Amino acid sequence: MFNIELKDVRKSYGDNEVLRGIDLSIEQGSFTAIVGKSGCGKSTLLRLIAKLEDVSKGMLSFSGEEANEPKIRIMFQDDRLLPWKNNLKNIALGAVNLAAAKESLEKVGLIDKQGDWPDQLSGGQKQRIALARALASNPDILLFDEPLGALDALTRLEMQKLIEGLWKQQQFTSLLVTHDVTEAVQLADRVIVIDSGRIQLDETIDLPRPRVRNEKFTYYERKILNEILGG
Amino acid sequence: MKRNTGWYNNRFFPWMVPIVFVLLWQVLGHYKIITSTLLPTPLEVFQAAIRLFNTGDLQEHVLISTQRALIGFFIGGIIGFVLGLFNGTIIFFEKLTDTTIQMIRTIPHLALIPLVILWFGIGESAKIFLVAVGVMFPIYINTFNGIKNVDRKLIEMGSVYGLSRWKLFTNVILPGSLPSILVGIRYALGVMWMSLIVAETIGADSGIGFMATNAREFMQMDIVVLTIVLYAILGKLSDVIAKLFEQRLLKWNAAFSKK
Ligand SMILES: Nc1ncnc2c1ncn2[C@@H]1O[C@H](COP(=O)(O)OP(=O)(O)OP(=O)(O)O)[C@@H](O)[C@H]1O
Ligand SMILES: [Mg+2]
Repeated sequence: MFNIELKDVRKSYGDNEVLRGIDLSIEQGSFTAIVGKSGCGKSTLLRLIAKLEDVSKGMLSFSGEEANEPKIRIMFQDDRLLPWKNNLKNIALGAVNLAAAKESLEKVGLIDKQGDWPDQLSGGQKQRIALARALASNPDILLFDEPLGALDALTRLEMQKLIEGLWKQQQFTSLLVTHDVTEAVQLADRVIVIDSGRIQLDETIDLPRPRVRNEKFTYYERKILNEILGG
Repeated sequence: MKRNTGWYNNRFFPWMVPIVFVLLWQVLGHYKIITSTLLPTPLEVFQAAIRLFNTGDLQEHVLISTQRALIGFFIGGIIGFVLGLFNGTIIFFEKLTDTTIQMIRTIPHLALIPLVILWFGIGESAKIFLVAVGVMFPIYINTFNGIKNVDRKLIEMGSVYGLSRWKLFTNVILPGSLPSILVGIRYALGVMWMSLIVAETIGADSGIGFMATNAREFMQMDIVVLTIVLYAILGKLSDVIAKLFEQRLLKWNAAFSKK
């Protein structure tokens, strides 16, 4: 179990400073959502945490009881499945063995598709396979970069439930980038609004789970939405 | 894609034109509308094939030509593949050699024939050398481009999952570039036969090309035409084999999988 600590983290591409001093500490096992306008630096933040890119300035660290590095996985908007491996073998890429891969495939409810090619699945099913692949390795931290962005409304709701259920069960630290404020309030303990590379709002969502769309839910939604649009 | 259900959509229809063509050729030859000293009839060509088969000459020459073709193909193919592999994966090698290879590639390899004859004479090595050089470039280019065009996002995914360099290569880069490599192989098979035909026509004491030049000297038109047919059959055969490989290796790819 690991906490994520960011201290005055900055990231520039050439002269373009995309992240301008992010201070953030994320508790192990928590579910945090990151929202903000397109181009505000959400994906960049996730890519830094996933170590796909280096921090330009500041400090990014992981602290926990264990001395080793945290296992970090990331789910993208596209599934990034290998088309030349069947679904089970794709998941096995992230698993210690085939049994673990099968178990993970069962969790997302697609065990009967194990021998099929990814291209034989629907978009929602592919994302479920990608989720199973990420979970098969028992990650400490799971980053989501709009993984449900391309799905239809109904499939999104299903996937949200699945993600929430698996998160409760496996206790990984979740960081979800989304442009859907309702989705953020639905899933996260805490919603962070980013505007031009800075944290503009850091809101704790104090709602019991499973969440229902009551007045308080709407209050959070409106507050966050106003912050994004006003900023 | 919509499956076509028209009456012409069956396995035999595409063969109609060649069959009608051969029949017409036979009829025209039979009634001496085409004289057989200009062009023998299909039947005469077939009889020549039987005759040479019975003496064993046919098998011997076909075998020798196939051997030369394959040896040259493997030598050139392996060199092209390994070069493509190194240049596609290691930037240092790409910077070092790619420009040079692209420059040499623009020379038609058959232009090397006078030089090759001076180097190797007209023996076996000259023919194998020509085939190897011809085969090398298409395989190099398609391997190189195939590797370069593997989806960056999949490679990024591989690094998120902590794949080692070797695992990244075997699980992502090689299968991702395989469609392109196989296109290169199919193209190279065509180049292989073409190079061999030219090499064998210039000078040989065995092989299909020798059969052709020899028959020409004795005005055996049926054998001359037979050698052309033989090259066509061998070319088609290697293409069919390559296609089978494609279907087997790329069955994950809807464009190649047999429905
Ligand atoms: N590799 C890169 N090179 C140069 N600039 C980049 C690179 N990656 C991102 N940027 C720039 O950084 C800024 C933030 O990009 P980022 O992808 O983090 O936005 P985002 O918040 O995820 O937007 P969206 O909601 O549209 O996905 C953009 O202005 C983008 O042009
Ligand atoms: Mg983004």
